[in-house]
Amino acid sequence: MGYFLFFLLAVMTVGAVLGMIISKNQAYNAIFLILAFACMGGLFALLEAPFIAVVQIIIYAGAIMVLFIFVVMMINVHSGISAEKKKWIIYLSPVLAVILIIELILSIKGAFSLPVSTEIIKAGPTDLGRLLFTKYLYHFEITSILIIAALVGAIVLVKKKEKK
Amino acid sequence: MIPANYFLILSVVLFVLGAIAFFIKRDLITMFMSVEIMLNAANLAFITFARSASSPDGQIIVFFIITVAAAEAAVGLAIILLIFRQKKTIKSEDMKLMKG
Repeated sequence: MGYFLFFLLAVMTVGAVLGMIISKNQAYNAIFLILAFACMGGLFALLEAPFIAVVQIIIYAGAIMVLFIFVVMMINVHSGISAEKKKWIIYLSPVLAVILIIELILSIKGAFSLPVSTEIIKAGPTDLGRLLFTKYLYHFEITSILIIAALVGAIVLVKKKEKK
Repeated sequence: MIPANYFLILSVVLFVLGAIAFFIKRDLITMFMSVEIMLNAANLAFITFARSASSPDGQIIVFFIITVAAAEAAVGLAIILLIFRQKKTIKSEDMKLMKG
């Protein structure tokens, strides 16, 4: 059952991301991404992280993607996307891609020889909340300052200047 | 219990797909979405390792990553909106102000 759910969610996630790559419409891209993030939430639940799964669905698939869709609505560009390429990019990009692939293959090889722990931890919202307010208190407070700064920054950036 | 390898390989696949999307897409919003995909792939790896190491610390890190991603999305989209207001385009190859 777990394997079936894993493969279903994995195929749906990868398919949604592929759909995002193939599709040219930004609104469809956003919808595909919501699907991918929702499936990712399912994967998190499968990994015994129920709190993060719910946070993923509420914040990512809810809040962040609604923000994206708002901006897509506001911008609303109809022009097609040209595919012009520069010469040096054509030569440089395969080299970088090969390096990246080698690194990824090495890391996957390492993944096959992981130590497997059999004990299952309880990490419900209660435990996470306790940890958040004891061990990670400073990180939590700094994150709240970051959120305030981002909020004020976004409003100041987008606000139209009044003409005198 | 599903082995951690499966999740890690899925995480790598998603990261690579996000990187590919970032490089082949031409509009800023979709490129920004691919960054979010890469962030999510990293989150998946974090949660997988949190389960392997049987400690909830990885989940806390993912919680912080999601919060920072929300802040980043707000500021990034504001910047994209500003670029659109000034240049009337969001194609990445039109951003050549710094080109010599």
